[in-house]
Amino acid sequence: MKLLLKGGRIVDPANGVDGDFDLLIEDGRVSRVGRSLPVNGADVLNVRTGWIVAPGLIDIHVHLREPGQEHKETIATGTASAVAGGFTSVACMPNTDPVNDHPGISELIQRKAVEAGLARVYPIGAVSLGSRGEQLAELAAQKAAGCVAFSDDGKPVASALLMRRALEYAGMLGVPIIDHCEDPSLKGEGVAHEGFRAASLGLRGIPGIAESIMVERDIALSELTGGAFHVAHMSARQSLRAVRDAKMRGARVTSEVTPHHFVLTDDALEEPVRYDTNVKMNPPLREAKDRDAMLDGLADGTIDVIATDHAPHHADEKLVEFDHAPFGIVGLETAVPLVFDRLVHTGRIGIKRMIELLSVNPARVLNLPGGSLAEGQPADITILAPDARTDIDAARLRSKSKNTPFDGWSLRGGVAATLVAGRIVYSNE
Amino acid sequence: MNPHAPIEVPPETASPSRLRSRHLLGIADLDPAEIRLILDTAEAMKEIAARPIKKVPTLRGRTVVNLFFEPSTRTRTSFEVAEKRLSADTLSIAIATSSVTKGETLIDTVRNLEAMSPDMIVLRHASSGAPHLLARLCRSVIINAGDGTHEHPTQALLDAFTIRERKKRIEGLKVAIVGDLVHSRVLRSNVHLLNKMGATVWACAPPTLMPADLARFGVRPTTSIDEAVDAADVVMMLRIQHERMYGHFIPSTREYFTLFGLTPERLKRAAHDVIILHPGPMNRGVEIDSDVADGPYSVILEQVANGVAVRMAVLYLLAGQDEELR
Repeated sequence: MKLLLKGGRIVDPANGVDGDFDLLIEDGRVSRVGRSLPVNGADVLNVRTGWIVAPGLIDIHVHLREPGQEHKETIATGTASAVAGGFTSVACMPNTDPVNDHPGISELIQRKAVEAGLARVYPIGAVSLGSRGEQLAELAAQKAAGCVAFSDDGKPVASALLMRRALEYAGMLGVPIIDHCEDPSLKGEGVAHEGFRAASLGLRGIPGIAESIMVERDIALSELTGGAFHVAHMSARQSLRAVRDAKMRGARVTSEVTPHHFVLTDDALEEPVRYDTNVKMNPPLREAKDRDAMLDGLADGTIDVIATDHAPHHADEKLVEFDHAPFGIVGLETAVPLVFDRLVHTGRIGIKRMIELLSVNPARVLNLPGGSLAEGQPADITILAPDARTDIDAARLRSKSKNTPFDGWSLRGGVAATLVAGRIVYSNE
Repeated sequence: MNPHAPIEVPPETASPSRLRSRHLLGIADLDPAEIRLILDTAEAMKEIAARPIKKVPTLRGRTVVNLFFEPSTRTRTSFEVAEKRLSADTLSIAIATSSVTKGETLIDTVRNLEAMSPDMIVLRHASSGAPHLLARLCRSVIINAGDGTHEHPTQALLDAFTIRERKKRIEGLKVAIVGDLVHSRVLRSNVHLLNKMGATVWACAPPTLMPADLARFGVRPTTSIDEAVDAADVVMMLRIQHERMYGHFIPSTREYFTLFGLTPERLKRAAHDVIILHPGPMNRGVEIDSDVADGPYSVILEQVANGVAVRMAVLYLLAGQDEELR
């Protein structure tokens, strides 16, 4: 079984490749990269001029909701959404029902992913049993069952002592801890970023430093223990500063930001729709200074990864008072157009950096296969169409849930096709 | 923001006889001409209260539902009286929030009510933005009777009516608002209104009870009640809401009164013809001394009387243009 990607520009930063090459796939792996490769009986996929052949994109922060919340998303619909968004691999958070704190659940998730046959799915195990923040889950058993990181995402690891133990123990296993950094007492009953917008709309605020205080704590604990710490969905300028300083010192800290935190601000609480529950997420959309800091961090290397925090919720759950709506939005199918439109076409980052943020670095941070088109690697490939127009229509998303604030947006840039192990799992034709 | 949202057309200058929106969600959405229209209409309505038969047929055949998800005596009664004086059929429903969180959603509750074809819904709700949700999804005219810590537009209108009646103007007055600012929808509505009408607003509270970025509200923030009250034409006291003091806002009501309570001594700094407003219910000895509350400068009971006239005006104007739209 051979497939030849003919034409197009290959951007493979991990191997220093950026140029017009063909790519031959044999038995699901990259077998050759070169100019004008002979067809030799291979199926041919013509890559259009201007399109980019990149190592498959990897989203290390998604919520697939299965088991337990299948009315929001299933592994089948979530991975369909992933490949439609150009992601060949995703790492799914453990806040399912029950919480993924046990190898049986990790195995179930991976089995369902294989059955779906779309994107690769790597489970992230809970740090603590039930993510209750009390007792460590069996991290070694979870690693053996396929977990690539540990997190109590949705909740912070509130106890500094538990976080210390988790970093020490996971450090032994060579697995990072991903923390949803948020001081619970400063968050309180907050539902939106603490600032003028929330204050004037009468919404309880969550200050940016609720995040950065815990980022600083976790950096200190990481430096104490030597364990790797990854900041989930960073949103506050104070957090960015803490991460930048820590990296200068050589700390083992990495960070991610979501597209909505580098595109939107808390102005979205006011318009176009006041109190739109599809702009309620945690961390909240922050103010312009924070958004601009995220843009700087993406360009200067402080931020390692763009992750979506894909958080599907049923329409009924969002059709309530702002206070009562759940936090989160879907993100898998809007990420690439937003990155192109707001980062690449604005000149903030180049294509190479885009691929680093969406493929090379996510693979590195979680020690995943992928992020490379070297010969012999699995042929997980995303073909990007930088100038294609993408009209976002919530009703047509592959995800089971449609909770996006980007409905109706028209953006420049999109995904042409997605290949997993050499198989075309999505084509935008 | 969304580059593809429809381009906003600048609002037409409101004609003097109607409001632009079919709902009253907040003062933020009104322009000064609309505010004047409501206040002028309320003057005519106030005259009805002086008649021996305090009823006009204006809203005959109209059904108004007062849907209150928070306990309220003053506002609900005031709306009911206003509706009855306009001859509307009224229905008041008080729903304990706790039973709602277990049961059906707000939207389902209102859609069920709407199946019985009401014309207007007066909503009081503990969540900011609840009336905006209904206005987007329901058929009825929505009147916000207080949403969370966001707005309480009819309160600000009756405050303005009271100020205008006493002072003959709003423009150029110094208004001091003192109390629990962060949790106050009365503050937010009043600040919008007073700014639009050209008053100067001082907002006074301990920092723990100030909203974030208070200066951007267009007020002068201060922690000194003496500074706030100094030469003030109007002092508006806000209730210290025990039920909202779950955080770490003030050490005690006694200490609060010592620092922020309105006493006869403090009032001496105000203008000689100062008026004292309070949206109620008052906590005597917490935010306001009884001698001030019951003293010669207090217009607190006038506010209550004016509340009926202002709500009649709002109901009348919204019903009238709803008729036109049909």
